[in-house]
Amino acid sequence: MIVERVHANTASGKMTGLVRRAEWAWSRWLLTITAVTFLLLFLVVPLLAVFAEAFSKGVWAYLMCFREPDALSAIKLTVLVAVIAVPANLVFGLVGAWAIAKFDFRGRSILITLIDLPFAVSPVISGLIYVLLFGLQGWLGPWLAAHDIKIIFAVPGIVLATVFVTFPYVARELIPLMQEQGTEDEEAALSLGASGWQTFRRVTLPNIKWALVYGVILCNARAMGEFGAVSVVSGHIRGLTNTMPLHVEILYNEYNFVAAFAVASLLAALALITLGVKTVVGRVEARRLRQLSGD
Amino acid sequence: MRAILRKESILPGFGLTLGCTMAYLGLVVLLPLGILFARTTTLSWPEFWKTVSDARVVASYRLTFGGSAVAAIVNAVFGFIVAWVLVRYRFPGRRVIDALVDLPFALPTAVSGIALTAVYARNGWIGKWLETVGIKATFSPLGVVIAMTFIGLPFVVRTVQPAIEDLNAETEEAAASLGAGRWDTFRRVILPSLLPSLFTGFALAFARALGEYGSIVFISGNMPKHTEITSLLIITKLEQYDYSGATAIAVVMLTASFFLLLLINTLQWWSSVRRQARSIG
Repeated sequence: MIVERVHANTASGKMTGLVRRAEWAWSRWLLTITAVTFLLLFLVVPLLAVFAEAFSKGVWAYLMCFREPDALSAIKLTVLVAVIAVPANLVFGLVGAWAIAKFDFRGRSILITLIDLPFAVSPVISGLIYVLLFGLQGWLGPWLAAHDIKIIFAVPGIVLATVFVTFPYVARELIPLMQEQGTEDEEAALSLGASGWQTFRRVTLPNIKWALVYGVILCNARAMGEFGAVSVVSGHIRGLTNTMPLHVEILYNEYNFVAAFAVASLLAALALITLGVKTVVGRVEARRLRQLSGD
Repeated sequence: MRAILRKESILPGFGLTLGCTMAYLGLVVLLPLGILFARTTTLSWPEFWKTVSDARVVASYRLTFGGSAVAAIVNAVFGFIVAWVLVRYRFPGRRVIDALVDLPFALPTAVSGIALTAVYARNGWIGKWLETVGIKATFSPLGVVIAMTFIGLPFVVRTVQPAIEDLNAETEEAAASLGAGRWDTFRRVILPSLLPSLFTGFALAFARALGEYGSIVFISGNMPKHTEITSLLIITKLEQYDYSGATAIAVVMLTASFFLLLLINTLQWWSSVRRQARSIG
Protein backbone atom coordinates (compact mmCIF):
# COMPACT_ATOMS: atom_id res chain seq x y z
CA MET A 1 0.00 0.00 0.00
CA ILE A 2 1.31 3.35 -0.97
CA VAL A 3 0.15 6.54 0.65
CA GLU A 4 0.13 9.40 -1.78
CA ARG A 5 -1.16 12.86 -2.26
CA VAL A 6 -3.99 13.34 -4.68
CA HIS A 7 -4.84 16.78 -5.91
CA ALA A 8 -8.56 17.25 -5.68
CA ASN A 9 -8.90 19.97 -8.29
CA THR A 10 -12.27 21.21 -9.40
CA ALA A 11 -13.11 22.31 -12.92
CA SER A 12 -12.51 25.94 -12.08
CA GLY A 13 -9.05 25.04 -10.88
CA LYS A 14 -10.00 25.92 -7.35
CA MET A 15 -8.12 23.76 -4.88
CA THR A 16 -10.39 22.09 -2.40
CA GLY A 17 -7.34 21.03 -0.47
CA LEU A 18 -4.67 18.45 -0.71
CA VAL A 19 -6.13 15.20 0.39
CA ARG A 20 -3.97 12.47 1.71
CA ARG A 21 -5.57 9.33 0.57
CA ALA A 22 -4.48 5.75 0.78
CA GLU A 23 -4.90 4.04 -2.53
CA TRP A 24 -3.79 0.66 -3.71
CA ALA A 25 -1.13 1.12 -6.28
CA TRP A 26 -2.41 -1.76 -8.40
CA SER A 27 -5.95 -0.44 -8.71
CA ARG A 28 -4.60 2.92 -9.76
CA TRP A 29 -2.38 1.36 -12.40
CA LEU A 30 -5.06 -0.98 -13.63
CA LEU A 31 -7.58 1.83 -14.08
CA THR A 32 -5.11 4.13 -15.81
CA ILE A 33 -3.97 1.41 -18.20
CA THR A 34 -7.58 0.42 -18.96
CA ALA A 35 -8.55 4.04 -19.68
CA VAL A 36 -5.53 4.74 -21.85
CA THR A 37 -5.92 1.47 -23.79
CA PHE A 38 -9.59 2.16 -24.44
CA LEU A 39 -8.83 5.65 -25.76
CA LEU A 40 -5.91 4.36 -27.84
CA LEU A 41 -8.04 1.70 -29.53
CA PHE A 42 -11.00 3.96 -30.22
CA LEU A 43 -9.49 7.43 -30.72
CA VAL A 44 -5.77 7.59 -31.27
CA VAL A 45 -5.29 4.64 -33.62
CA PRO A 46 -8.13 5.66 -36.00
CA LEU A 47 -6.85 9.25 -36.02
CA LEU A 48 -3.31 8.14 -36.88
CA ALA A 49 -4.71 5.80 -39.54
CA VAL A 50 -6.19 8.76 -41.43
CA PHE A 51 -2.76 10.33 -41.88
CA ALA A 52 -0.96 7.01 -42.41
CA GLU A 53 -3.34 6.03 -45.23
CA ALA A 54 -3.19 9.51 -46.77
CA PHE A 55 0.60 9.39 -46.96
CA SER A 56 0.83 5.65 -47.75
CA LYS A 57 2.00 6.35 -51.33
CA GLY A 58 4.28 9.20 -50.34
CA VAL A 59 4.01 12.95 -50.04
CA TRP A 60 3.91 13.49 -53.80
CA ALA A 61 0.88 11.24 -54.30
CA TYR A 62 -0.76 13.01 -51.37
CA LEU A 63 -0.23 16.45 -52.85
CA MET A 64 -1.40 15.35 -56.30
CA CYS A 65 -4.82 14.52 -54.82
CA PHE A 66 -5.43 18.23 -54.37
CA ARG A 67 -4.80 19.01 -58.03
CA GLU A 68 -8.01 17.20 -58.93
CA PRO A 69 -10.64 19.77 -60.00
CA ASP A 70 -13.37 17.77 -58.20
CA ALA A 71 -11.44 17.83 -54.93
CA LEU A 72 -10.85 21.56 -55.29
CA SER A 73 -14.49 22.30 -56.02
CA ALA A 74 -15.49 20.17 -52.99
CA ILE A 75 -13.17 22.25 -50.81
CA LYS A 76 -14.56 25.47 -52.26
CA LEU A 77 -18.16 24.39 -51.70
CA THR A 78 -17.43 23.35 -48.12
CA VAL A 79 -15.89 26.74 -47.36
CA LEU A 80 -18.80 28.53 -49.06
CA VAL A 81 -21.38 26.61 -47.01
CA ALA A 82 -19.53 27.34 -43.77
CA VAL A 83 -19.15 31.02 -44.68
CA ILE A 84 -22.95 31.30 -44.97
CA ALA A 85 -24.10 28.94 -42.19
CA VAL A 86 -21.69 29.97 -39.43
CA PRO A 87 -22.37 33.76 -39.52
CA ALA A 88 -26.12 33.10 -39.77
CA ASN A 89 -26.04 31.00 -36.61
CA LEU A 90 -23.58 33.39 -34.95
CA VAL A 91 -26.01 36.30 -35.34
CA PHE A 92 -28.91 34.12 -34.24
CA GLY A 93 -26.91 32.86 -31.27
CA LEU A 94 -26.15 36.41 -30.07
CA VAL A 95 -29.69 37.68 -30.63
CA GLY A 96 -31.32 34.61 -29.08
CA ALA A 97 -28.98 34.53 -26.09
CA TRP A 98 -29.67 38.23 -25.42
CA ALA A 99 -33.43 37.68 -25.35
CA ILE A 100 -33.24 34.47 -23.29
CA ALA A 101 -30.45 35.27 -20.86
CA LYS A 102 -31.06 38.94 -20.13
CA PHE A 103 -34.84 38.86 -19.69
CA ASP A 104 -37.21 36.82 -17.59
CA PHE A 105 -40.31 35.91 -19.55
CA ARG A 106 -42.98 33.23 -19.79
CA GLY A 107 -42.09 30.21 -21.89
CA ARG A 108 -38.35 30.79 -21.63
CA SER A 109 -37.47 27.19 -20.76
CA ILE A 110 -39.62 25.90 -23.62
CA LEU A 111 -37.74 28.21 -25.97
CA ILE A 112 -34.40 26.82 -24.74
CA THR A 113 -35.63 23.26 -25.36
CA LEU A 114 -36.77 24.21 -28.88
CA ILE A 115 -33.36 25.71 -29.68
CA ASP A 116 -31.78 22.39 -28.64
CA LEU A 117 -34.14 20.42 -30.86
CA PRO A 118 -31.78 19.99 -33.84
CA PHE A 119 -29.39 18.10 -31.54
CA ALA A 120 -32.10 15.50 -30.95
CA VAL A 121 -32.90 15.07 -34.64
CA SER A 122 -30.71 12.57 -36.45
CA PRO A 123 -28.69 13.92 -39.41
CA VAL A 124 -30.57 11.90 -42.02
CA ILE A 125 -33.93 13.18 -40.76
CA SER A 126 -32.52 16.74 -40.75
CA GLY A 127 -31.93 16.35 -44.47
CA LEU A 128 -35.23 14.57 -45.07
CA ILE A 129 -37.34 17.43 -43.68
CA TYR A 130 -35.90 19.79 -46.29
CA VAL A 131 -36.57 17.27 -49.05
CA LEU A 132 -40.19 17.06 -47.87
CA LEU A 133 -40.37 20.86 -47.91
CA PHE A 134 -38.55 21.73 -51.14
CA GLY A 135 -38.14 18.42 -53.03
CA LEU A 136 -39.94 17.69 -56.29
CA GLN A 137 -42.67 15.74 -54.47
CA GLY A 138 -42.42 18.11 -51.52
CA TRP A 139 -44.70 20.78 -50.17
CA LEU A 140 -43.25 23.70 -52.15
CA GLY A 141 -41.76 21.48 -54.88
CA PRO A 142 -44.27 22.11 -57.68
CA TRP A 143 -44.18 25.89 -57.12
CA LEU A 144 -40.37 25.92 -57.10
CA ALA A 145 -40.23 23.80 -60.25
CA ALA A 146 -42.66 26.16 -62.00
CA HIS A 147 -40.41 29.09 -61.18
CA ASP A 148 -37.26 27.17 -62.05
CA ILE A 149 -35.75 27.46 -58.57
CA LYS A 150 -33.61 24.55 -57.45
CA ILE A 151 -33.07 24.03 -53.72
CA ILE A 152 -32.79 20.27 -53.30
CA PHE A 153 -29.85 18.67 -55.13
CA ALA A 154 -28.35 22.16 -55.27
CA VAL A 155 -26.28 24.48 -53.10
CA PRO A 156 -29.21 26.21 -51.27
CA GLY A 157 -30.41 22.85 -49.91
CA ILE A 158 -26.92 22.04 -48.62
CA VAL A 159 -26.74 25.43 -46.91
CA LEU A 160 -30.19 25.01 -45.33
CA ALA A 161 -29.46 21.52 -44.00
CA THR A 162 -26.13 22.76 -42.59
CA VAL A 163 -27.81 25.74 -40.92
CA PHE A 164 -30.29 23.33 -39.33
CA VAL A 165 -27.71 20.92 -37.88
CA THR A 166 -25.45 23.73 -36.61
CA PHE A 167 -28.36 25.83 -35.33
CA PRO A 168 -27.87 25.39 -31.54
CA TYR A 169 -24.07 25.56 -31.23
CA VAL A 170 -23.44 29.27 -30.59
CA ALA A 171 -26.63 29.87 -28.59
CA ARG A 172 -25.89 26.79 -26.42
CA GLU A 173 -22.51 28.21 -25.40
CA LEU A 174 -23.77 31.74 -24.74
CA ILE A 175 -27.05 31.22 -22.88
CA PRO A 176 -25.75 29.58 -19.66
CA LEU A 177 -22.79 32.00 -19.43
CA MET A 178 -24.91 35.11 -20.01
CA GLN A 179 -27.50 33.89 -17.51
CA GLU A 180 -24.77 33.45 -14.94
CA GLN A 181 -23.36 36.93 -15.62
CA GLY A 182 -26.72 38.57 -14.99
CA THR A 183 -27.66 42.10 -16.03
CA GLU A 184 -25.88 44.29 -13.48
CA ASP A 185 -22.99 45.31 -15.76
CA GLU A 186 -25.37 46.29 -18.54
CA GLU A 187 -27.65 48.18 -16.15
CA ALA A 188 -24.67 50.13 -14.84
CA ALA A 189 -23.56 51.05 -18.36
CA LEU A 190 -27.07 52.12 -19.35
CA SER A 191 -27.53 54.26 -16.24
CA LEU A 192 -24.23 55.97 -17.02
CA GLY A 193 -25.73 57.02 -20.32
CA ALA A 194 -24.46 54.40 -22.78
CA SER A 195 -26.77 53.51 -25.64
CA GLY A 196 -28.10 49.99 -26.04
CA TRP A 197 -25.70 49.18 -28.84
CA GLN A 198 -22.70 50.64 -26.96
CA THR A 199 -23.64 48.59 -23.92
CA PHE A 200 -23.74 45.42 -25.98
CA ARG A 201 -20.48 46.13 -27.77
CA ARG A 202 -18.42 47.46 -24.85
CA VAL A 203 -19.87 45.51 -21.91
CA THR A 204 -21.62 42.33 -23.02
CA LEU A 205 -19.35 41.30 -25.89
CA PRO A 206 -16.06 41.43 -23.93
CA ASN A 207 -17.71 39.35 -21.19
CA ILE A 208 -18.72 36.57 -23.55
CA LYS A 209 -15.94 36.67 -26.12
CA TRP A 210 -14.31 33.34 -25.25
CA ALA A 211 -17.58 31.43 -25.14
CA LEU A 212 -18.39 33.04 -28.47
CA VAL A 213 -15.09 31.92 -30.00
CA TYR A 214 -15.71 28.42 -28.70
CA GLY A 215 -19.27 28.28 -30.03
CA VAL A 216 -18.20 29.54 -33.45
CA ILE A 217 -15.33 27.06 -33.73
CA LEU A 218 -17.61 24.12 -32.85
CA CYS A 219 -20.28 25.41 -35.22
CA ASN A 220 -17.71 25.69 -38.00
CA ALA A 221 -16.33 22.18 -37.41
CA ARG A 222 -19.81 20.70 -37.68
CA ALA A 223 -20.71 22.87 -40.68
CA MET A 224 -17.66 21.73 -42.63
CA GLY A 225 -17.93 18.12 -41.53
CA GLU A 226 -21.66 17.42 -41.74
CA PHE A 227 -22.32 14.27 -43.71
CA GLY A 228 -25.74 12.66 -43.15
CA ALA A 229 -27.97 15.70 -43.61
CA VAL A 230 -25.98 17.06 -46.52
CA SER A 231 -25.85 13.64 -48.14
CA VAL A 232 -29.67 13.53 -48.31
CA VAL A 233 -30.11 16.95 -49.96
CA SER A 234 -27.02 17.14 -52.15
CA GLY A 235 -27.69 14.67 -54.94
CA HIS A 236 -23.94 13.94 -55.08
CA ILE A 237 -23.21 15.77 -58.30
CA ARG A 238 -19.45 15.72 -58.75
CA GLY A 239 -17.85 19.14 -58.97
CA LEU A 240 -21.18 20.83 -58.26
CA THR A 241 -22.90 19.67 -55.07
CA ASN A 242 -20.18 17.63 -53.39
CA THR A 243 -18.84 18.91 -50.11
CA MET A 244 -15.60 17.52 -48.70
CA PRO A 245 -17.19 14.75 -46.58
CA LEU A 246 -19.31 13.65 -49.55
CA HIS A 247 -16.27 13.69 -51.80
CA VAL A 248 -14.47 11.48 -49.25
CA GLU A 249 -17.32 8.97 -49.55
CA ILE A 250 -17.25 8.94 -53.35
CA LEU A 251 -13.48 8.49 -53.53
CA TYR A 252 -13.62 5.75 -50.90
CA ASN A 253 -16.35 3.85 -52.71
CA GLU A 254 -14.24 4.05 -55.89
CA TYR A 255 -11.40 2.37 -53.96
CA ASN A 256 -9.32 5.51 -54.42
CA PHE A 257 -8.12 5.25 -50.84
CA VAL A 258 -5.14 7.62 -50.98
CA ALA A 259 -7.30 10.43 -52.37
CA ALA A 260 -10.15 9.67 -49.93
CA PHE A 261 -7.85 9.78 -46.94
CA ALA A 262 -6.01 12.84 -48.31
CA VAL A 263 -9.25 14.86 -48.32
CA ALA A 264 -10.15 13.27 -44.98
CA SER A 265 -6.78 14.36 -43.55
CA LEU A 266 -7.71 18.02 -44.15
CA LEU A 267 -10.93 17.49 -42.19
CA ALA A 268 -9.02 15.64 -39.46
CA ALA A 269 -6.55 18.53 -39.25
CA LEU A 270 -9.49 20.91 -38.88
CA ALA A 271 -10.82 18.73 -36.05
CA LEU A 272 -7.44 18.83 -34.29
CA ILE A 273 -7.29 22.63 -34.63
CA THR A 274 -10.82 22.80 -33.20
CA LEU A 275 -9.77 20.71 -30.20
CA GLY A 276 -6.65 22.86 -29.74
CA VAL A 277 -8.65 26.09 -29.72
CA LYS A 278 -11.17 24.50 -27.37
CA THR A 279 -8.42 23.55 -24.92
CA VAL A 280 -6.83 27.01 -25.03
CA VAL A 281 -10.20 28.75 -24.55
CA GLY A 282 -10.99 26.41 -21.66
CA ARG A 283 -7.72 27.29 -19.97
CA VAL A 284 -8.17 31.05 -20.46
CA GLU A 285 -11.69 30.79 -19.01
CA ALA A 286 -10.46 28.79 -16.01
CA ARG A 287 -7.76 31.38 -15.32
CA ARG A 288 -10.30 34.21 -15.54
CA LEU A 289 -12.63 32.42 -13.11
CA ARG A 290 -9.73 31.85 -10.72
CA GLN A 291 -8.84 35.54 -10.84
CA LEU A 292 -12.47 36.49 -10.22
CA SER A 293 -12.75 34.20 -7.22
CA GLY A 294 -9.37 35.48 -5.99
CA ASP A 295 -10.55 39.10 -5.89
CA MET B 1 -44.10 41.55 -26.07
CA ARG B 2 -43.92 43.37 -22.75
CA ALA B 3 -46.97 41.40 -21.61
CA ILE B 4 -45.08 38.12 -21.33
CA LEU B 5 -42.21 39.65 -19.33
CA ARG B 6 -42.17 38.40 -15.76
CA LYS B 7 -39.92 41.19 -14.54
CA GLU B 8 -39.51 44.69 -15.95
CA SER B 9 -36.01 45.45 -17.18
CA ILE B 10 -34.23 48.60 -18.27
CA LEU B 11 -32.23 46.67 -20.86
CA PRO B 12 -33.32 47.44 -24.41
CA GLY B 13 -34.12 45.19 -27.33
CA PHE B 14 -36.34 42.54 -25.78
CA GLY B 15 -39.10 42.71 -28.39
CA LEU B 16 -36.69 42.87 -31.29
CA THR B 17 -34.38 40.04 -30.19
CA LEU B 18 -37.19 37.73 -29.09
CA GLY B 19 -39.08 38.43 -32.31
CA CYS B 20 -36.04 37.66 -34.47
CA THR B 21 -35.29 34.52 -32.48
CA MET B 22 -38.83 33.20 -32.85
CA ALA B 23 -38.92 34.00 -36.57
CA TYR B 24 -35.57 32.32 -37.28
CA LEU B 25 -36.40 29.32 -35.08
CA GLY B 26 -39.79 28.96 -36.74
CA LEU B 27 -38.46 29.13 -40.28
CA VAL B 28 -35.33 27.02 -39.91
CA VAL B 29 -36.40 24.42 -37.33
CA LEU B 30 -40.10 24.29 -36.51
CA LEU B 31 -41.61 24.64 -39.97
CA PRO B 32 -39.54 21.86 -41.59
CA LEU B 33 -40.05 19.55 -38.58
CA GLY B 34 -43.78 20.29 -38.65
CA ILE B 35 -43.91 19.31 -42.33
CA LEU B 36 -42.55 15.88 -41.40
CA PHE B 37 -45.43 15.22 -39.03
CA ALA B 38 -47.97 16.82 -41.36
CA ARG B 39 -46.76 14.51 -44.11
CA THR B 40 -47.52 11.37 -42.08
CA THR B 41 -51.17 12.36 -41.84
CA THR B 42 -51.42 11.81 -45.60
CA LEU B 43 -50.66 8.13 -44.94
CA SER B 44 -53.48 5.89 -43.79
CA TRP B 45 -52.93 3.96 -40.57
CA PRO B 46 -52.68 0.50 -42.26
CA GLU B 47 -50.19 1.92 -44.80
CA PHE B 48 -48.13 3.51 -42.04
CA TRP B 49 -48.15 0.31 -39.98
CA LYS B 50 -47.22 -1.83 -42.97
CA THR B 51 -44.20 0.38 -43.71
CA VAL B 52 -42.88 0.59 -40.17
CA SER B 53 -43.44 -3.09 -39.33
CA ASP B 54 -41.92 -4.53 -42.49
CA ALA B 55 -39.45 -7.34 -41.68
CA ARG B 56 -36.46 -5.46 -43.11
CA VAL B 57 -37.36 -2.32 -41.15
CA VAL B 58 -37.88 -4.26 -37.92
CA ALA B 59 -34.47 -5.92 -38.38
CA SER B 60 -32.95 -2.45 -38.74
CA TYR B 61 -34.63 -1.28 -35.49
CA ARG B 62 -33.23 -4.29 -33.69
CA LEU B 63 -29.72 -3.53 -34.92
CA THR B 64 -29.99 0.23 -34.32
CA PHE B 65 -31.53 0.07 -30.85
CA GLY B 66 -29.58 -3.04 -29.77
CA GLY B 67 -26.28 -1.69 -31.11
CA SER B 68 -26.87 1.70 -29.47
CA ALA B 69 -27.65 0.02 -26.14
CA VAL B 70 -24.51 -2.14 -26.25
CA ALA B 71 -22.35 0.82 -27.30
CA ALA B 72 -23.84 3.00 -24.54
CA ILE B 73 -23.14 0.28 -21.95
CA VAL B 74 -19.53 -0.03 -23.16
CA ASN B 75 -19.23 3.75 -22.95
CA ALA B 76 -20.81 3.85 -19.49
CA VAL B 77 -18.23 1.38 -18.15
CA PHE B 78 -15.12 2.66 -19.91
CA GLY B 79 -16.22 6.30 -19.95
CA PHE B 80 -16.59 6.11 -16.18
CA ILE B 81 -13.07 4.71 -15.83
CA VAL B 82 -11.67 7.37 -18.19
CA ALA B 83 -13.42 10.16 -16.26
CA TRP B 84 -12.19 8.76 -12.95
CA VAL B 85 -8.59 8.47 -14.14
CA LEU B 86 -8.63 11.96 -15.67
CA VAL B 87 -9.92 13.59 -12.48
CA ARG B 88 -8.14 11.59 -9.79
CA TYR B 89 -4.76 10.61 -11.20
CA ARG B 90 -1.84 12.58 -12.60
CA PHE B 91 0.27 10.99 -15.31
CA PRO B 92 2.24 12.21 -18.33
CA GLY B 93 0.02 12.96 -21.31
CA ARG B 94 -3.10 13.44 -19.21
CA ARG B 95 -3.92 16.85 -20.68
CA VAL B 96 -3.54 15.63 -24.26
CA ILE B 97 -5.79 12.67 -23.53
CA ASP B 98 -8.31 14.94 -21.84
CA ALA B 99 -8.45 17.12 -24.96
CA LEU B 100 -8.64 14.09 -27.29
CA VAL B 101 -11.79 12.77 -25.59
CA ASP B 102 -13.77 15.34 -27.60
CA LEU B 103 -12.37 14.08 -30.91
CA PRO B 104 -15.60 12.27 -31.90
CA PHE B 105 -17.43 15.62 -31.56
CA ALA B 106 -14.96 17.40 -33.78
CA LEU B 107 -14.10 14.76 -36.38
CA PRO B 108 -16.54 14.64 -39.32
CA THR B 109 -18.49 11.38 -39.21
CA ALA B 110 -17.44 10.35 -42.72
CA VAL B 111 -13.79 10.62 -41.68
CA SER B 112 -14.44 8.59 -38.51
CA GLY B 113 -16.22 6.01 -40.65
CA ILE B 114 -13.41 5.39 -43.12
CA ALA B 115 -10.74 5.61 -40.39
CA LEU B 116 -12.47 2.99 -38.21
CA THR B 117 -13.00 0.77 -41.23
CA ALA B 118 -9.31 1.02 -42.16
CA VAL B 119 -8.20 0.17 -38.63
CA TYR B 120 -10.66 -2.65 -37.91
CA ALA B 121 -10.68 -4.25 -41.40
CA ARG B 122 -9.08 -7.68 -41.83
CA ASN B 123 -5.80 -6.16 -42.97
CA GLY B 124 -6.04 -3.17 -40.61
CA TRP B 125 -3.83 -2.41 -37.62
CA ILE B 126 -6.30 -3.78 -35.06
CA GLY B 127 -8.50 -5.93 -37.31
CA LYS B 128 -5.46 -8.09 -38.14
CA TRP B 129 -5.18 -9.13 -34.49
CA LEU B 130 -8.91 -9.63 -34.07
CA GLU B 131 -8.86 -11.82 -37.20
CA THR B 132 -6.33 -14.20 -35.60
CA VAL B 133 -8.76 -14.86 -32.73
CA GLY B 134 -11.59 -15.28 -35.20
CA ILE B 135 -13.39 -11.95 -34.64
CA LYS B 136 -14.74 -10.20 -37.71
CA ALA B 137 -14.97 -6.53 -36.78
CA THR B 138 -15.97 -4.92 -40.08
CA PHE B 139 -19.04 -5.66 -42.21
CA SER B 140 -20.68 -7.22 -39.16
CA PRO B 141 -22.96 -6.03 -36.34
CA LEU B 142 -19.79 -5.71 -34.23
CA GLY B 143 -18.60 -3.01 -36.65
CA VAL B 144 -21.82 -1.09 -36.06
CA VAL B 145 -21.21 -1.27 -32.30
CA ILE B 146 -17.60 -0.10 -32.73
CA ALA B 147 -18.69 2.98 -34.69
CA MET B 148 -21.49 3.70 -32.21
CA THR B 149 -19.06 3.40 -29.30
CA PHE B 150 -16.69 5.83 -31.00
CA ILE B 151 -19.26 8.56 -31.56
CA GLY B 152 -20.82 8.18 -28.10
CA LEU B 153 -17.52 8.15 -26.25
CA PRO B 154 -17.33 11.81 -25.11
CA PHE B 155 -20.83 11.91 -23.59
CA VAL B 156 -20.30 9.69 -20.54
CA VAL B 157 -16.82 11.10 -19.86
CA ARG B 158 -17.99 14.71 -20.09
CA THR B 159 -21.08 14.23 -17.90
CA VAL B 160 -19.39 12.10 -15.21
CA GLN B 161 -16.16 14.17 -15.03
CA PRO B 162 -17.67 17.26 -13.31
CA ALA B 163 -19.63 15.01 -10.94
CA ILE B 164 -16.42 13.28 -9.81
CA GLU B 165 -14.75 16.69 -9.39
CA ASP B 166 -17.67 17.73 -7.16
CA LEU B 167 -17.38 14.65 -4.95
CA ASN B 168 -16.94 15.57 -1.37
CA ALA B 169 -13.57 14.28 -0.16
CA GLU B 170 -14.73 14.49 3.45
CA THR B 171 -17.55 12.02 2.90
CA GLU B 172 -15.07 9.54 1.48
CA GLU B 173 -12.70 10.12 4.35
CA ALA B 174 -15.53 9.75 6.85
CA ALA B 175 -16.49 6.44 5.29
CA ALA B 176 -12.87 5.30 5.37
CA SER B 177 -12.37 6.40 8.95
CA LEU B 178 -15.50 4.50 9.96
CA GLY B 179 -13.75 1.40 8.71
CA ALA B 180 -15.20 1.05 5.22
CA GLY B 181 -12.86 -0.59 2.75
CA ARG B 182 -11.95 1.05 -0.55
CA TRP B 183 -14.51 -1.04 -2.45
CA ASP B 184 -17.25 -0.45 0.13
CA THR B 185 -16.62 3.30 0.00
CA PHE B 186 -16.88 3.19 -3.77
CA ARG B 187 -20.03 1.09 -3.85
CA ARG B 188 -21.92 2.73 -1.00
CA VAL B 189 -20.70 6.34 -1.09
CA ILE B 190 -19.17 7.27 -4.43
CA LEU B 191 -21.27 5.32 -6.93
CA PRO B 192 -24.71 6.42 -5.62
CA SER B 193 -23.81 10.09 -5.90
CA LEU B 194 -22.47 9.62 -9.43
CA LEU B 195 -25.44 7.60 -10.70
CA PRO B 196 -27.54 10.52 -12.02
CA SER B 197 -24.68 11.79 -14.18
CA LEU B 198 -23.79 8.27 -15.28
CA PHE B 199 -27.39 7.66 -16.42
CA THR B 200 -27.45 11.02 -18.19
CA GLY B 201 -24.24 10.19 -20.03
CA PHE B 202 -25.59 6.77 -20.94
CA ALA B 203 -28.82 8.25 -22.31
CA LEU B 204 -26.93 10.91 -24.31
CA ALA B 205 -24.60 8.31 -25.83
CA PHE B 206 -27.58 6.06 -26.62
CA ALA B 207 -29.50 8.91 -28.28
CA ARG B 208 -26.49 9.93 -30.35
CA ALA B 209 -25.86 6.37 -31.56
CA LEU B 210 -29.54 5.94 -32.48
CA GLY B 211 -29.42 8.64 -35.14
CA GLU B 212 -25.84 8.12 -36.28
CA TYR B 213 -25.28 7.57 -39.97
CA GLY B 214 -21.91 8.70 -41.36
CA SER B 215 -19.51 6.73 -39.22
CA ILE B 216 -21.56 3.52 -39.41
CA VAL B 217 -22.28 3.08 -43.12
CA PHE B 218 -18.65 2.48 -44.04
CA ILE B 219 -17.85 -0.11 -41.40
CA SER B 220 -21.19 -1.96 -41.40
CA GLY B 221 -21.32 -3.21 -44.98
CA ASN B 222 -25.06 -2.38 -45.13
CA MET B 223 -26.44 -5.87 -45.70
CA PRO B 224 -30.27 -5.84 -45.51
CA LYS B 225 -31.66 -7.52 -42.37
CA HIS B 226 -28.12 -8.05 -41.09
CA THR B 227 -26.05 -4.87 -40.83
CA GLU B 228 -28.44 -2.25 -42.17
CA ILE B 229 -29.25 0.60 -39.75
CA THR B 230 -32.55 2.49 -39.77
CA SER B 231 -31.02 5.81 -40.91
CA LEU B 232 -29.69 4.09 -44.03
CA LEU B 233 -33.12 2.59 -44.71
CA ILE B 234 -34.62 6.11 -44.71
CA ILE B 235 -32.07 7.14 -47.35
CA THR B 236 -32.75 4.00 -49.40
CA LYS B 237 -36.49 4.80 -49.42
CA LEU B 238 -35.74 8.39 -50.47
CA GLU B 239 -33.54 7.22 -53.31
CA GLN B 240 -36.45 5.10 -54.54
CA TYR B 241 -38.62 8.27 -54.33
CA ASP B 242 -40.72 6.55 -51.66
CA TYR B 243 -41.19 9.76 -49.67
CA SER B 244 -44.09 8.37 -47.62
CA GLY B 245 -42.12 5.31 -46.58
CA ALA B 246 -39.11 7.42 -45.61
CA THR B 247 -41.37 9.77 -43.63
CA ALA B 248 -43.10 6.93 -41.78
CA ILE B 249 -39.79 5.42 -40.60
CA ALA B 250 -38.41 8.86 -39.78
CA VAL B 251 -41.42 9.59 -37.57
CA VAL B 252 -40.82 6.37 -35.60
CA MET B 253 -37.18 7.30 -35.05
CA LEU B 254 -37.95 10.92 -34.24
CA THR B 255 -40.56 9.90 -31.67
CA ALA B 256 -37.97 7.67 -30.01
CA SER B 257 -35.47 10.57 -29.99
CA PHE B 258 -37.99 12.95 -28.43
CA PHE B 259 -38.81 10.49 -25.66
CA LEU B 260 -35.09 10.19 -24.99
CA LEU B 261 -34.75 13.98 -24.92
CA LEU B 262 -37.51 14.11 -22.32
CA LEU B 263 -35.79 11.40 -20.30
CA ILE B 264 -32.43 13.19 -20.53
CA ASN B 265 -33.97 16.48 -19.35
CA THR B 266 -35.51 14.66 -16.39
CA LEU B 267 -32.18 13.01 -15.58
CA GLN B 268 -30.35 16.32 -15.78
CA TRP B 269 -32.92 17.87 -13.46
CA TRP B 270 -32.37 14.94 -11.08
CA SER B 271 -28.58 15.41 -11.05
CA SER B 272 -28.90 19.16 -10.48
CA VAL B 273 -31.26 18.54 -7.55
CA ARG B 274 -28.74 16.04 -6.19
CA ARG B 275 -25.92 18.51 -6.55
CA GLN B 276 -27.86 21.29 -4.83
CA ALA B 277 -28.87 18.98 -2.00
CA ARG B 278 -25.21 18.08 -1.53
CA SER B 279 -24.00 21.67 -1.53
CA ILE B 280 -26.62 22.61 1.08
CA GLY B 281 -25.90 19.57 3.20
